[in-house]
Amino acid sequence: MIRYDRVRIRYPGAAVPAADGVSFDVLDGSITAVVGPNGSGKSTLVRALLGRAPLEAGSITVDGADIAAMARREVARVVAVVPQREDPAFPRTVEEFVALGRYAHASVWRPHGAADAAACAAALEETGLAAYADRRTDELSGGEWQRTRVARALAQGTRALVLDEPNSFLDVAHEMALFELLDATARRGVAVLLISHQLNLVARFASRIVLLAGGVVAADGPPSDVMDAALLERIYGWPLLVSRDAAVGAPVLVPLRRRAPL
Amino acid sequence: MTVRVWVALFVALALVAAVALVTGPVPVALADVLAGLRGHAGNGAALVVHNIRLPRVALGLVVGAGLAMSGVALQATTRNPLAEPYLLGVSGGAAVGAVVATIAGASHPMAVELAAFAGAGIAVAAVVLVASASGAAAGSPALVMAGVVIGAFANAAILVLLAGAPSAMVRDALWWMMGSLSGADWRTVAWLAVVAIVAAGELLRAGREIDVLSLGDDAAAALGVEVERATRRVFLVAAILAAATVAAAGLVGFVGLVVPAIVRALGARSSREALLGAAVAGAALVVAADIVARVARAPAELPLGAVTALIGVPFFLARMRHAR
Repeated sequence: MIRYDRVRIRYPGAAVPAADGVSFDVLDGSITAVVGPNGSGKSTLVRALLGRAPLEAGSITVDGADIAAMARREVARVVAVVPQREDPAFPRTVEEFVALGRYAHASVWRPHGAADAAACAAALEETGLAAYADRRTDELSGGEWQRTRVARALAQGTRALVLDEPNSFLDVAHEMALFELLDATARRGVAVLLISHQLNLVARFASRIVLLAGGVVAADGPPSDVMDAALLERIYGWPLLVSRDAAVGAPVLVPLRRRAPL
Repeated sequence: MTVRVWVALFVALALVAAVALVTGPVPVALADVLAGLRGHAGNGAALVVHNIRLPRVALGLVVGAGLAMSGVALQATTRNPLAEPYLLGVSGGAAVGAVVATIAGASHPMAVELAAFAGAGIAVAAVVLVASASGAAAGSPALVMAGVVIGAFANAAILVLLAGAPSAMVRDALWWMMGSLSGADWRTVAWLAVVAIVAAGELLRAGREIDVLSLGDDAAAALGVEVERATRRVFLVAAILAAATVAAAGLVGFVGLVVPAIVRALGARSSREALLGAAVAGAALVVAADIVARVARAPAELPLGAVTALIGVPFFLARMRHAR
């Protein structure tokens, strides 16, 4: 379980904190989504988890252990993170790329062992990339590349998984396949934290949504509570409509066209 | 890289070294070369091999291997295929040190080497300090920017220092800056080899860390690397390695830029493979360039740095052509 406890993050020289008093839990076996407008502090929470945004107050714990007191290697053994962007300097094969997920488990000189190979093979299988093992990463489509990055995170073999907008650049089918994969991962008992702009998808897959606005938590609860037209309209500053999808029963957000002045 | 590529690299290195030993202004019989190699400096010809050609080849091997490994480490860590060892202020700092020693009239043969090494060390320390002082962005972009700034400052300092110097001294300084193996002796080879072996060992040890760093700072942190500490350490070791080669042989351009690109094109994927491959290819390139430098306009010598650039540019252009 990942717990953000009264977290305040301020970048050096910034007048206002990027996140202030943010608290929420990411429970084992379910997907928790963090949503909010651009600049609301979503990615900052992930960067703080990576030790790349300074924690001014509060704490982030994984299974009760404060990550501020842990080496990055130890953190990487309990929580895997798929950062928002990544631009590797050199191409590798998909297999080699996924194997880098085992870095935190490897010693300096020992070659990868049976456990590492098994974790990588399982990750490739789960993400449907087994047939792509020998493909070069610079030859992949946007969707294949995102799946490869998720596979690397799965290969880390952690109890918690964090993804920062993993569905950008994905078409509908790849997006759905990714969310189904995250759902299956959560069902295995993994705590999944998902940063996303796709409110409608999130509402169908997450058991809990944390809505951020201006670095503070504006709402926190099951999708049915957070997907409230009045609330979202106020936070996003755009006229919205929330209906219920007749086929699947999930709340659906529809942004409205602004009326042209008469 | 496949076994075939490795074999080809080692064969090329052996051939180049052999040609370097038998080539020169004094004709030397093969028997005398072998005698010189074994250290039996019985006659003049064997003495030439043992005291002049062998240390020169050895120095070329270590300088080439060191620059190439330094380049591999820096390109992967900065995620910039155009990064090279001299980018970190190493070359500028070393040149300032050498020019100061020359103007001060230092006569001891080791003085210019030591001054160059000290100058490079000071420049690298300044680069790391400037980058750290810039606060949040203490990752590689800040280090590269600091390197460029300190390098520019060093170049200005050299111009100021040389402005009032006699023309012979300016020529010496320029010559030194263009790189040469002509001052090779066993003492220089020995200390450079020690620095190179220690630095290479550290870079190879950090190989997997460098692999992960090449993915980017956030991804590296996610996979368990202490990004800033690891980046600084790789920079420091790569810079020391480059500084030592500069102190021993002046500025030998393009090796640290082009050899890493060549071994990547030959199929090196992991940093360890690229480091080892670059060491062999870099050694071969510098010794080959030195043969050209010695024979192209004999008895005059061409500047080694100019020859490595002349050989390196076509390689680089060919690679750019094939790069997608």
